[in-house]
Amino acid sequence: MELNRIASMGDPQPPVPGQPAGTDDVLLTRLDRLVEAIRRHTVNWSRKNSLWPLPFATACCGIELMATGASRFDIARFGAEAMRFSPRQSDLLIVAGRVAIKMMPILQRLYVQMCEPKWVISMGACACTGGVFDAYATVQGIDQFMPVDVYVPGCPPRPETLLEGVMAIQRIVERDGVRPSAARGQGLRIVVGPA
Amino acid sequence: MKAWGSSTSSVVQVLRDRFPEIDFAPGALRPDEAGPAAQIGVRVPADRLVEVMRFLRDDPRTRFEQLVDLTCVDYLNFPGARDRYGVIYSLLSITWNHRLWVKCFVNDPDPCVPSVCGVWKGAEWPEREVYDMFGIRFEGHPDLRRILTWEGFDAHPLRKDYPVTGRGERERFARVTRETA
Amino acid sequence: MTATHTRPGMQLVPEGPGGERWILNYGPQHPATHTVFRMVLELDGERIVSSVTHVGYLHSGFEKLGEVLDYDQYVVIVDRMNYVSPIANGIAWHTACERLFGIEPTPRCKAIRTICAELARIQDHLLNVGVAGLDLGGFTAFLYGFNAREAIYDLFEQLSGSRFHTSYTRVGGVSMDMPDGWPANVKRFLRELPRALDDVEALLTKNRIFIERTRGIGYLSPEDAVAWGVTGPVARASGVRRDLRKDEPYLCYADNWDGRGSPAVDFKVPVSRLGDVYARYLIRLEEMRQSAHIIEQLIDNIPPGPVDVTDEKLPLPDKREVFFSIEGLIHHFERIMTNRGFRPPVGEAYGANETANGELGYYVVSDGGRCPYRARTRPPSFFQYQVFDRIVVGHQISDIPPILNSLNIIAAELDR
Repeated sequence: MELNRIASMGDPQPPVPGQPAGTDDVLLTRLDRLVEAIRRHTVNWSRKNSLWPLPFATACCGIELMATGASRFDIARFGAEAMRFSPRQSDLLIVAGRVAIKMMPILQRLYVQMCEPKWVISMGACACTGGVFDAYATVQGIDQFMPVDVYVPGCPPRPETLLEGVMAIQRIVERDGVRPSAARGQGLRIVVGPA
Repeated sequence: MKAWGSSTSSVVQVLRDRFPEIDFAPGALRPDEAGPAAQIGVRVPADRLVEVMRFLRDDPRTRFEQLVDLTCVDYLNFPGARDRYGVIYSLLSITWNHRLWVKCFVNDPDPCVPSVCGVWKGAEWPEREVYDMFGIRFEGHPDLRRILTWEGFDAHPLRKDYPVTGRGERERFARVTRETA
Repeated sequence: MTATHTRPGMQLVPEGPGGERWILNYGPQHPATHTVFRMVLELDGERIVSSVTHVGYLHSGFEKLGEVLDYDQYVVIVDRMNYVSPIANGIAWHTACERLFGIEPTPRCKAIRTICAELARIQDHLLNVGVAGLDLGGFTAFLYGFNAREAIYDLFEQLSGSRFHTSYTRVGGVSMDMPDGWPANVKRFLRELPRALDDVEALLTKNRIFIERTRGIGYLSPEDAVAWGVTGPVARASGVRRDLRKDEPYLCYADNWDGRGSPAVDFKVPVSRLGDVYARYLIRLEEMRQSAHIIEQLIDNIPPGPVDVTDEKLPLPDKREVFFSIEGLIHHFERIMTNRGFRPPVGEAYGANETANGELGYYVVSDGGRCPYRARTRPPSFFQYQVFDRIVVGHQISDIPPILNSLNIIAAELDR
């Protein structure tokens, strides 16, 4: 029963100031520190350096995404050149371009079909907020209808900006853990700024 | 190298000779423009449209082999307009290197124009688009259904009474969250 | 009809007792559909019996936005239509607007716009030719094409401030004059471009795999091309001898473009009779070389003088005038306030340019106000994609990527 309680606790919570640390907390902290270290330096390290993007390129941002994959900016430096168009084979969904109403359900289906762990980059002003297209047929930001991890601004974002977004995803992946499903969706509590 | 529309006035004359009963009301698209380079538009009533178009395509003096564009303008708020929808056909003759714009005006309710798919095959999709955006039915079209907007959408967005930001369609989606996905 | 669209030696297997047809949905999320289109294919094994395309997956309401943005603001939207050669859309849009307004740009503006239009053509064709290799599995051609495009991006960034969507043209002129070092950079690019084209040609043109996969594929007859409204390299590959730059000259393609008797730029227009994917590829390569030749003729001969028309209150005044003179300030406000702004004549106009994809035209209707009453785009990709359902019948599934790429369908132009 003790083991069940420990297993269902998820990531260690930071100590709350003013409250004494209990003995359970100390035991958990040492074990969790070890597991955390192993996780960060092997599992998360390999995950973040081999992200396989699903380039959901609809419009102009798609061309800048292709330029990021081309030789001058070279997303292969980050291990992410294996662009897999099947959601079953990729872990990073890059929504590049505006999403029309006709396309939104398909995008949602793609997200649902991807296997865990998965992350989403919303690339470009149109995917983040609708961009210049404040019209009847453009979704004003995909984050209204599906989760987004990193927003990359720009119209279109320069390839360097997209690479900054990929690096932000890498920082998120590094801090990620194998958490039970109930603890997911709690937010990551990290502020991703320029490194 | 010919200037645009250099022989279009002769086209209008040919049309008048062949169809003396139709008032084509030829005029420059921009009313204050004159001269050989002016772009000329003619009006054709909907019931004679296919006949006139076929003549324009086949007659050796006009030979408008290509339908460059097929579009519509909703003249609802236009100053001095009499009819609401103007379906505009941009024609091009590759042989003679001249252009002509043919306008066919229709009104509510149930605006309907005969389809020119039998004259130019390339009219198929533009007519579907005009149907989608303006609600104009094309009689005789092989496959008249919406082309650009999504299934279940029942308005006609480019009409002047449809707002730019829509009527809330872009907010009605199910949310996919991290827990449910 | 299907017999004319098959290669010699190819025949359709009739549906007999053993033959079964099945339906395959191709797209809209698919590696070989360039962005978002969808085709529902009826297949007999690998052979396509019929195809129904569905478009509209990128329909964003461009034409509706044209009714609420004014003639200069709309260039921002128009850039995002044919996004592989963005500046060409703006040049075509302002050609149509200037026809409506009844004004003619200055010679310097014409020269700069022509150079930009040709750079945009090279940009578009480089992507198409590179992806022609990519779709068939030749990744290196894609990298060579994109590397050369990066050089063009650098040129546009120096010219307009933005590498991709430049929003460079304005009614009556351009947003800012050409910087001093720009012609030298363009000339350096022109020295390097032939090598990039030779690299791509060495990979693809005489490559047996490329030839086998593109010769005889996707044949379009010239009568069909004209009847379906197809223009540009696709029509010229089928034998239709039509190029707006020669037939309805505009900008520097017209004689006496600078008012002092300068001849039109000299170039050839490649036309083929083969009508298949390979012909379209060859025509695009040759058009790039001809574009480079056009730029060479103009880059040293850009006329001095103002780049914006000076006799209309159309272009935004220079910032020094706005800040330091009351007339400049008033002039600035007259142009940008929403209850003032442009005052075009009432009427309609159609202006078209020969872009990389074909005849890109705009039908602009004006009611005298600052925004167009109707801003219709005549998108070449829309008319070219209609043909797809017909030319793909009888081919195999693996022939779809080269056919689709050779038609150069840009989804944003298609769906607007």
